[in-house]
Amino acid sequence: MSVLDSKIPDGPLKDKWTNHKNHINLVNPANKRNIDIIVVGTGLAGGSAAASLAEMGYNVKSFCYQDSPRRAHSIAAQGGINAAKNYQNDGDSVYRLFYDTVKGGDYRSREANVHRLSEVSGNIIDQCVAQGVPFGRDYGGLLDNRSFGGVLVSRTFYAKGQTGQQLLLGAYSALNRQIAKGKVTMYNRHEMVELVKVEGKARGIIARNLETGELERHSAHAVVIASGGYGNVFFLSTNAMGSNATAAWKIHKKGAHFANPCYTQIHPTCIPRSGDHQSKLTLMSESLRNDGRIWVPKNMEDVLAIREGKLMPIDLSEEQRDYYLERMYPAFGNLVPRDVASRAAKERCDAGYGVNKTGEAVYLDFASAIQRYGKQEAAIARIKSPSVDEILKLGEAVIESKYGNLFQMYEKIVAENPYKTPMMIYPAVHYTMGGVWVDYNLMTSVEGCYCIGEANFSDHGSNRLGASALMQGLADGYFVLPYTIGDYLSKEISTGAIANDSAEFIQAEREVSDRIEKLMNIKGTKTVDHFHKLLGKVMWEYVGMARNEEGLKRAMKEIKKIRTDFWNDVKIPGDKNSFNPELGKAGRVADFLELGELFAKDALHRNESCGGHFREESVELDGEQKGEAKRNDEDYAYVAAWEYKGEPADAILHKEELEFKDIELKQRSYK
Amino acid sequence: MDLTLKVWRQKNREDKGGLETYKVTGILGHYSFLEMLDVMNEQLITQGKDPVAFDHDCREGICGTCSLYINGEAHGPDRKVTTCQLHMRMFNDGETIYIEPWRSAAMPVIKDLIVDRSSFDRIQQSGGFVSVNTSGNTQDANALPIPKMNADKAFDVAACIGCGACVATCKNSSAMLFVAAKVSQYAYLPQGQVERKQRVLNMVEQMDKEGFGNCTNTGACEIECPKGISIEYIAKMNREYLSASISSEE
Ligand SMILES: Cc1cc2nc3c(=O)[nH]c(=O)nc-3n(C[C@H](O)[C@H](O)[C@H](O)COP(=O)(O)OP(=O)(O)OC[C@H]3O[C@@H](n4cnc5c(N)ncnc54)[C@H](O)[C@@H]3O)c2cc1C
Ligand code: SF4
Ligand code: FES
Repeated sequence: MSVLDSKIPDGPLKDKWTNHKNHINLVNPANKRNIDIIVVGTGLAGGSAAASLAEMGYNVKSFCYQDSPRRAHSIAAQGGINAAKNYQNDGDSVYRLFYDTVKGGDYRSREANVHRLSEVSGNIIDQCVAQGVPFGRDYGGLLDNRSFGGVLVSRTFYAKGQTGQQLLLGAYSALNRQIAKGKVTMYNRHEMVELVKVEGKARGIIARNLETGELERHSAHAVVIASGGYGNVFFLSTNAMGSNATAAWKIHKKGAHFANPCYTQIHPTCIPRSGDHQSKLTLMSESLRNDGRIWVPKNMEDVLAIREGKLMPIDLSEEQRDYYLERMYPAFGNLVPRDVASRAAKERCDAGYGVNKTGEAVYLDFASAIQRYGKQEAAIARIKSPSVDEILKLGEAVIESKYGNLFQMYEKIVAENPYKTPMMIYPAVHYTMGGVWVDYNLMTSVEGCYCIGEANFSDHGSNRLGASALMQGLADGYFVLPYTIGDYLSKEISTGAIANDSAEFIQAEREVSDRIEKLMNIKGTKTVDHFHKLLGKVMWEYVGMARNEEGLKRAMKEIKKIRTDFWNDVKIPGDKNSFNPELGKAGRVADFLELGELFAKDALHRNESCGGHFREESVELDGEQKGEAKRNDEDYAYVAAWEYKGEPADAILHKEELEFKDIELKQRSYK
Repeated sequence: MDLTLKVWRQKNREDKGGLETYKVTGILGHYSFLEMLDVMNEQLITQGKDPVAFDHDCREGICGTCSLYINGEAHGPDRKVTTCQLHMRMFNDGETIYIEPWRSAAMPVIKDLIVDRSSFDRIQQSGGFVSVNTSGNTQDANALPIPKMNADKAFDVAACIGCGACVATCKNSSAMLFVAAKVSQYAYLPQGQVERKQRVLNMVEQMDKEGFGNCTNTGACEIECPKGISIEYIAKMNREYLSASISSEE
């Protein structure tokens, strides 16, 4: 039997969560006061968890590396959050959200977890509205919805293009209320750099105060990791500059299995790269695909003329354009899931049809939406035979009300007006479906150590549907973990306070300080960014949108080499006992250099194409799906959970077989 | 573009600090301001010098971390953008650029260009929330329709990113725009009504305690606010405060 016990409750799928909740051991209020919990991360997952646990009566210590919990990268989410409310009466239901998410994830997620997610999705919206989150509303004052890629219903709630910001500020306000009450102690500008285990159980962390450089020991009865995704292993991504894998990687090295590291989402609508100085990539929300049409020129002459600046995209007639998604996937058109849209863009650009100087850009065009909305608005305003200008103006106003901040962001970066000329977009690394392996209770393979939000692996299989990460983060933090953690903590009521001066804490702190000493003493010649960029290039080249055996083997070798060079030649200025952002960055890049290799190893072993993981060796050879990704359910319908064994390349594979009792496994078709 | 940079250097909270001069060359117009600083820092590190510490994270104008006072303007010369969204096309070849931290007694410098904004968090903790627990049986989200106009207004103020540019740019170091944004958001929503009066009283009290100055209506904050929060809301907050003080004396 596998060492992985997923602890999925028995019984029919739709009753599992309710039954489980009804039988979880409870901790009485008096005892909760004697129990301490550490939560690393203040994003949607960590922020909501810390607030909810404190409301229940536990003592919470909360950590983030930014200067305020409000700045966690959840703040940057734009498009929206899913919930099976069926307010639009378009046939949505808990089952349909569940089904879409499992299918969207290309049948590589855990059925029971996804169903639970779907069940609590409605509560999330209720909770957020009660907190004062200003979602978009219609003229009747009711909540408005939009639709997102990969589904045929409108179930996405939004606050313009700033949904993540508004949801996070909601969680932040709940957290603030508990900080004011003294139930949460907040540690800003603190980075978790080690997990401390006592007798096999997670009992605390070593954190580094980023302002003073001091190492601190924090003890607790349980540790929750909510540190976000590891997309920055690619150097360039839509993540924040500080987004990192350190917390997740440290617990991995202490015994938490790391699941499906190769499942990465490359998002189709990002602003293309402009050169080597570039420090990050900016997402243009997928919600834009509701109204934008994606195309490249049909004819190569036009592509070349556009690149040379001799021709403007608006000068091309409809016949001269190739709306390739509408052509290839008539049923879903521009709303195919992200992995499909990204690969299609890459395919067109690889074939030479990219429309900017780097050859890596396609158009996202709002002209027909502006026309359509303009005419609609004119009709509503009872304008008889409106002029061309009037229609444009009215149409642009509608687009502005929907996506104003995104259009402004685009214009500031690219210096082109997207109301007048189509946007240029290209896929970029965006989200990591893989992460720390957790059981149904969200506990990792280290007892007492939990992992929630993007940092875990559980709900999105090999491809995440739009607007479902915000849902998962808040589901984990508000509605799942606060219950499931009771199962473990109920056995801790007579443990008493955990001492932070035990041999284990002293040892862990020493390891951290030795490691920092070692980094500072290298005194090499290259900056941290130099190595991070090298790693990013290898990852993008061989472990990016399309992967093959040869490239992956090469990537593993090259990453190992970069890691060795890093430890011999990195140059970190300043000293360790002061505010030293370069030192913080060095620690994170050191961890990425290990994670990257495991990532490639996982991609190598999975000789099938599924979701965001596309193996060139595994495509459909003929029929309607010719050239599309080919999944192999016979051999690969499992979660790959890796156990750390000293070197990333030596990690041992454990399989959690995935059972689909309520859903028939099908080849995804969006045609 | 070749540029001369005059940058504020300060070792720690206690250090007096002062301006240092650096040169950068070969900067292109499509670099962001922070990417220009990356180039400068890469240079300093290679020369064995301590790079300049500045705050930043999302680099897309939403987290509110970046906070530079550039040529005497919070977030620099462009409008409705944060420092990270400022692009070098706003500057000219050969130009000298002054780069300083936010300055306010309530936001002390920690190092170089980084300041301590925890006073903002404490103001929020004093009342910037609706007292509702997470239970799973809150009333249905559509049970209480909210007129679109109120929802839109609440959204407009909720867009504040807590960057502190309003304070940095105000000659009185007033935090009124920031506080007004939160107070107004809840005042527009039915969910915010129960605690409406106590909230404004508490938040204003905390703001004063933190040492922020008073508002004298110079309007500078509104001009520099990257999210375009209007000073109308300061007037709204004053009304809220007044009505709360009167009724709480009753
Ligand atoms: C640009 C963008 C747009 C997106 N749009 C959408 C969308 O429209 N809909 C959707 O559903 N999803 C969207 N996503 C995905 C979604 O936003 C994220 O997956 C989700 O917000 C992650 O939340 P989290 O709480 O897990 O992590 P985060 O919000 O990333 O929070 C991580 C937290 O961990 C802390 N931390 C990290 N490491 C350490 C450490 N070592 N020590 C201490 N603290 C640490 C950080 O300080 C931070 O507080 C988007 C993502 C991006 C990047
Ligand atoms: S009101 Fe404007 S300037 Fe002030 S903190 Fe908020 S976003 Fe920044
Ligand atoms: S770095 Fe986030 S707003 Fe500038």
